Amino acid sequence: MRLRLFLTISLALGFSSIAGDWPQFRGPSSTGVAVDATIPRKPKIDWSVSLPGRGLASPIVVDGKVFVTCSSGPKQERLHVICFKFADGSKVWERQLRATGRTMSHPKTSIASSTPCSDGSRIFALWSCNDLAAFDMEGNLLWLRGLTVDYPNVSNSLGMASSPIVIGETVVVTVENDSESYALGVDVNTGRNLWKLDRPKAANWTSPVPWSAGANSPGVALLQSSKGLLAVDAISGSRLWEYTEGASSSSSSVVAGDAVYVPSNGVTALALQANNPAPAQLWRSKQVNPATISPLVLNGRLFSINAAGVLTAAETKSGDVAWKLRLTGPFSGSPVGAGSGLLAVNEKGLVQVIDVSAPQGAILASLQLPLKADTKELILCTPALAGDHALVRTDSTLWRLGNEPGR
Amino acid sequence: MRAILPILFALSLANLHGSVAESIQALTAVAGEGSGNEKAGAAWREVVKAGPQVLPALLAAAGKGGPVADNWVRLACDAVIDSALRSKQALPLAEVEGYLIDTRQPASGRQLAFDILQRADRAKADAIEPSLIHDPVQELRRGAVQRLIDATKGKESAAAKTGYLAALEAARDEDQTKFIQGELKKLGVPVDLPRHFGFLMKWQVIGPFDNTGRNGFATAFPPEKEIQRDATYVGKNGPVQWQAFESTDDYGKLDFNKPLGMQKEVTGYAVTTFDAPEERDAELRLGCKNAWKVWLNGEFLFGRDEYHRGQQMDQYKLKCRLRKGPNTVLVKCCQNEQKEEWTVEWEFQLRVCDSAGTAILAGNTAAK
Repeated sequence: MRLRLFLTISLALGFSSIAGDWPQFRGPSSTGVAVDATIPRKPKIDWSVSLPGRGLASPIVVDGKVFVTCSSGPKQERLHVICFKFADGSKVWERQLRATGRTMSHPKTSIASSTPCSDGSRIFALWSCNDLAAFDMEGNLLWLRGLTVDYPNVSNSLGMASSPIVIGETVVVTVENDSESYALGVDVNTGRNLWKLDRPKAANWTSPVPWSAGANSPGVALLQSSKGLLAVDAISGSRLWEYTEGASSSSSSVVAGDAVYVPSNGVTALALQANNPAPAQLWRSKQVNPATISPLVLNGRLFSINAAGVLTAAETKSGDVAWKLRLTGPFSGSPVGAGSGLLAVNEKGLVQVIDVSAPQGAILASLQLPLKADTKELILCTPALAGDHALVRTDSTLWRLGNEPGR
Repeated sequence: MRAILPILFALSLANLHGSVAESIQALTAVAGEGSGNEKAGAAWREVVKAGPQVLPALLAAAGKGGPVADNWVRLACDAVIDSALRSKQALPLAEVEGYLIDTRQPASGRQLAFDILQRADRAKADAIEPSLIHDPVQELRRGAVQRLIDATKGKESAAAKTGYLAALEAARDEDQTKFIQGELKKLGVPVDLPRHFGFLMKWQVIGPFDNTGRNGFATAFPPEKEIQRDATYVGKNGPVQWQAFESTDDYGKLDFNKPLGMQKEVTGYAVTTFDAPEERDAELRLGCKNAWKVWLNGEFLFGRDEYHRGQQMDQYKLKCRLRKGPNTVLVKCCQNEQKEEWTVEWEFQLRVCDSAGTAILAGNTAAK
């Protein structure tokens, strides 16, 4: 039933990804959860491949292929999109373009910071320099945009990181910073603007989140910023409602059922309703503090990891904390979940599998990934889930993780 | 080779099927906000289908549009080479090499040509790279400079000095120059970094004007209306006047906190006269972590109201045209209300150079 509901809503939102796909940042509905995947209960490395450049963009999985973006060169001015076979990691194609916008960033992050997204037949890749490129699955270029060429003050000297999403025929892109901030609805077919909204002039690294009231309802993009949350119609860009009590500029909201959980004053749960009236507050809890990590909802509970690496499970109905579990941090990437399992990978490459059905939560297994010591590389990305596998990357390597035999 | 290259490229274009030539034009015709994308998308496939023979014509198209158009061209080359390497088709590498060594060709095309050589014939690219050490394209120099640095490492004192001085003369990137300077320092050779990079060191500054609520950025205080160096204006805390200030920083940082005091929610201006030996194209390259605006001879070049997100040399490249003789450079620099330790800086660094990052020295610049 749950799967059917998910598929219905996915189709309503225009997702054409097939089961097993992880087509954008935090998965099919940007929830961090894959209803048709399984967390590896005792993870092992299936395969690894070298990457040609830096990046903290998550890998995405579409139709048996894995897509990763990177940046390389002395000033990270070379932008890569690489397609690998999901089955064995062999490279299918690679394309390289050059940054047309500024490539300055904080040394910890990089220009390949935004996770690409896909509608099932196209890949839309965005980098911190605000180059946006669309390719078909075979690597043919469909269209290009240079958003800093179009809007010269769109940039952030620390780096941008918002990941685009696809809703129907619209790629929703937020390029928000202190100087010139926009949200754009870009036509998937042409790369032209369907709409362009002025956004608060403030640095913002959160990603838009899709929502729809139901199968026949129009797709809505929830745009988060330090001011709060704005709901816009994905086709027209018209403003539907706004929550104005502030929100995180790094941890993104998550939609589950009829509510959106906003990293605002801790976490604030808002009821989402059809016909787009302003949402009512369901609860607010400062005990759930996602810091820079995006929360997710699994089996009726909201999970978030705070700055100290503590995983908190809170009831979605009330915000009451059910349990807390200390993980080994620090974390930059957000956890992902499936079934009763969560997968969290800390900066040092420790993969931690958590059973959230245990009364107080329990770490089931862990796996240390062999990060390169000479470059002190870190895992900053949010993992991707597909089938019985997870994918993570560093500045140098992409790994596919699977299950130890017999587990 | 140089003389016949344009003819070769013209022939390349003429030999192409007319529709492919039109398709290439569609790639370079893309404009702002995705204009031309539909045509270019279809054209891209046609161009790629034409195979390796299209490469010279694609190179000839580089630089004909803007940077986004150059990416259309680059990605077409990428796909053509992929396909050719897979099917073991010959590539017109002699023509690509001819294009690369012709310094009259646009920077984007020559970078692309070098990338093609690196992919298709690494040995050839390696053989050519050292000859690019004085190339007018900053990025093409870099590899050659690095080769010279690497070859100099570990040499005895006199040879090391010779090697590093030669590398310094060619180096344009901050990281390489900094490394060379460090090695020369160990050898007892001082390096005049401000002169090497072309930083402007001698300024007159005035302020503070108000920037409460970050409103100073949009407010045109008197220095934006007139440059009258003996004038007195009403500042944030009382009368303000221009005063001379010279940076002593190796990287030309002008710290307003020094002449004007450490203040918050304030605006400062700095003005200098740059005596250009000739009328020419140039770049004013700025690094600044405060909100800023820059004018040249009264013409506004660019501005940005971002605070304390980071600063680096050559953070912003402002293309301009210098007049022969005196040129007035005016910089506005706003400090905001933040109180954190990392928000103390109220400064900028600005240099005058060409597109390769080579310093353009004022007629009256003296060496240290």
